[in-house]
This record gives sequence, structure tokens and C-alpha cells, in this order.
Amino acid sequence: MIDSGGVLCVFLEEAAMSYHSFLLEPISCHAWNKDRTQIALCPNNHEVHIYKKDGNNWSKIHVLKEHNGQVTGIDWAPESNRIVTCGTDRNAYVWTLKGDAWKPTLVILRINRAARCVKWSPKENKFAVGSGSRLISVCYFEKDNDWWVCKHIKKPIRSTILCLDWHPNNVLLAAGSCDFKCRIFSAYIKEVEEKPAPTAWGSKMPFGEVMFESTGTAGWVHGVCFSDSGNRVAWASHDSTVAVAEGGKTAVCASLTSETLPLLCVTFITENSLVAAGHDCYPVLFVYDSNKAALSFGGKLDVPKQSAQKGMTARERFQNLDKKATTDSKEAVLESVHKNSISQISILNGGKAQCAKFCTTGMDGGMTIWDVKTLESAMKDLKIV
Amino acid sequence: MSKNTVSDRFRKVDVDEYDENKFVDEEEGGENQLGPDEAEVDSLIRQYPSLFTRQHDRAEGLVLKVLSSFKSTDIEKGVQSLDKNGVDLLMKYIYKGFEQPSENSSAVLLQWHEKALSAGGVGCIVRVLTARKTV
Repeated sequence: MIDSGGVLCVFLEEAAMSYHSFLLEPISCHAWNKDRTQIALCPNNHEVHIYKKDGNNWSKIHVLKEHNGQVTGIDWAPESNRIVTCGTDRNAYVWTLKGDAWKPTLVILRINRAARCVKWSPKENKFAVGSGSRLISVCYFEKDNDWWVCKHIKKPIRSTILCLDWHPNNVLLAAGSCDFKCRIFSAYIKEVEEKPAPTAWGSKMPFGEVMFESTGTAGWVHGVCFSDSGNRVAWASHDSTVAVAEGGKTAVCASLTSETLPLLCVTFITENSLVAAGHDCYPVLFVYDSNKAALSFGGKLDVPKQSAQKGMTARERFQNLDKKATTDSKEAVLESVHKNSISQISILNGGKAQCAKFCTTGMDGGMTIWDVKTLESAMKDLKIV
Repeated sequence: MSKNTVSDRFRKVDVDEYDENKFVDEEEGGENQLGPDEAEVDSLIRQYPSLFTRQHDRAEGLVLKVLSSFKSTDIEKGVQSLDKNGVDLLMKYIYKGFEQPSENSSAVLLQWHEKALSAGGVGCIVRVLTARKTV
């Protein structure tokens, strides 16, 4: 059904997933506000559009124009209600809501290549920006000078940082890079916080210290995610693998090669279950067994439309033979909800420990909200542990 | 005009070596890849992968010979006997073989490709493209 807002909403299978088509262009990145009534997204240009939920519709309420290049990362701090954006113009802006408008504050990142991803720390007193300058800028607010200052983590990064995720202790930062490695760094800033307590990844955490570096997977690391406890980190690589490492005396790595196209984003939905999605346009469940230190495939999470399987007429067969040189009746039409690669996944409810709903956005300009409980019951053999 | 009174040895210095941003590939050299020891294809592949080109070509030639010697009906069984790493390795050799086509090689390789694809999926081909160690 198409509503007055011009946004197409399709509800499938008792709301196991609901798809909203925002745009015809890809959604470069998105972020939700605290109560999930508003979503900020970049419609593949220099702007950030904020949409507000209005019953079943979405209406655009704000347009944030300040960047001179495509906005590559958006993060919305739930408690302090600030938005941080970063873009290919090598800048980052922190946006604060003043009355009815969002006002930007420029943050000097001191990078000479595009910024690629940005994340607020859990306490929202810092944020980290990954860039093509082969470094991570960790930014914090200096009260005396009333502006944002940044520190760089450079060694031993050899290429662009594609993705970041913070550990719940507000100090450790996981980073996935084009140099084929997933690393955990310490982003401890003594000006804004106390010395952190020891974690599974180590006890000495001076700024820039490498607490963990992955081995065993090849390919650019597109997505990285800490588990809710922070003791595990998962990453998705361009060689169609997904891996989980568990901190300890010696970090234990488990990886799984998949038969699908590479995955672009990954998130924990419980301490043992991961959902990842990518170029195959549907989310996939993985289960981690810490006793065996093994990762296994849990199932495909897309409930296909119940399309009537009609037989092919002789005419159709001949047409297929003419057009596609095959009489194969399988159509080259994607059955998944998303019609193009899924580039980002975010948790809506329940956190990373007991996720109840998560959201995916993709290059088809659409956003899908997935309901975990309904998916679990809709698909046999799907067990979320 | 000016005479070259100073040594010109500086011209022989490779300045790129001193570039601190230079990317150095961290490949572990000379490791023999471990693999399963089931089918005949497997054991031969296992013995030969290394970083030296001559040995590479010899290995590829040998693998191609073995692949061609399989009967069409046996190809599927051969692929089934390999584990995940074996299928990935097989796919690497298939694509290497495509690079230098000979008389009948492409046809045979295409048959192997079809069976390996159904076993390993698209991910297997992605791993051929992204692999750091080539065969």
C-alpha cells in the first residue's frame, strides 16, 4: 500500500519484518535516536535527512547540510541526543539540537583522506572516526577551549579503517581495516576518564596500545562488533568469512567460511548469536559455541514471499532459451526483502544481549525492521541461543 | 659547465625502500599448506604449493594433468571427497588453469568449476579473488 507520504510500506508474515522504501538511491548510513522514533540517514549525497515516525508513515523533519562530500558515517548518542557525522570531505561535525534546529560544530580530525565511519563511545564523552588516512581519530571535548580535540591511533594500521565498535568499558575500540586485520586498540583518554579496570583483552591499556590483532582471515574487514559483555568480538571479511575472537590469556579465534557473497555488517544479538548481512541482500544468523570455540551457520533470516509456483508454459521456456540460453525455471529475481546489498545493521530493542528487533539499510534505498521472536517462530530449525 | 665532482652513487639508492609508508606484504614464506589426504588430486596439490614460480608452474601443470585424467562422471565424487579448504584450493587451481588455456583445458576445467561451485558456493570464488597466497 502506498500512503500519503509517498513511502511504500509492506508488512509481511505477521510483521517478522517490515520494509520501508525511503529512496531510490542507496542509504549510505543511518542512525536511530534513543526512543527509535526518528532515523537520521544519508541519501547518498552530502546531506543528512532526519525522518520521524508518524504512525505507519515516515516524514522528513530535518535536513542537515554542512558536509562538502558524501556523508559516510552517522551516529546518534542516545543520552546526550547529539549526532556526529563524518564524510569524504575529511571532516566530522557534532550536531546539537537547539530548539527546533540542529546546529553543527566542526571537529578538526587532522586527516588528509576521507573519513569512513564514526561511533560515539558508550559514555558519549568521546567518539572515534576511521578514515582512509590509515588512522583512527579519537575525539573528546576539551572544556577549557570549548572545542573538540582529537588524538590519533596510527600504528600498526596499514590501510583504510572501514568500521569501528566500542567496548562497553568506554576505553577499548575494535577497528576493521583494509589491511585485512581486525584489531582492538585502547582509546584511553586520561583527560576525560579514569584508568580502566582489567578486561579479558588485557590490563595495561595506554592510549594506542594494540590489545588484539586478528590472524587467519584474508580480505578487507567490512564490519566489526563487540558482544554485550565486551569479551567477544566478531568481524566480517571480504573473503566471505565471519570470525569471532574471545579474549583471554591467549585470544581464541574461530572463523567460518561461507558459501555466499561477502558480508558487510555484523552484530551480536545475544552473547552467542550473530546476525550478519551483505551483498547477498538477506541477513544470516551465526551461532558461536565457546566450548568448542567454533562458529556455525544458523540459518537465513529472510522469509520469502509465498509466490505461487506456476509451471512454465512452452512459450516461456522458449523465451528463456532465447533470452538467457537456459530453460531453467528459476527466475533471476531476488526473493529477499532487500533488492540490493545490505550495508548497515543496527540494534533497535534489547541491546546486544537480548536483541528483540534490528534494522537493516541497504543500497536499494530501503530499510527493514526485523522482529527476532517472530523470525524464530516463522522459521523451523532456527534457534537463537 | 659544471663538472660532476661529487659521486653519483646516490642515483643507485632505492628511495622507495626508505619510505616509511611503504606497504610491506606480511606473507609467511615457504609454508607447506596442510590439506586432507583423500583423493589423488588432494595429495598432489598438497605437496606442491610454494612461492617459487617455477614450482608453481610445475604444480599447476601437474594438477591440470590430474584433473583432465578424471572421467566426467567421477568429477563430482572427487569434489565431494574434499573438505572446505580443499574445495577452495581446487577452485584456485581451476582459475589458475583458466589463465593459461591450452588445447582442451578449458572444457575440462569448466566441468570441474561447475561441480566445485555447487560444493563451495560463490564464497569459494570470492576466496580465490581475495586470497593473499596465490597458487
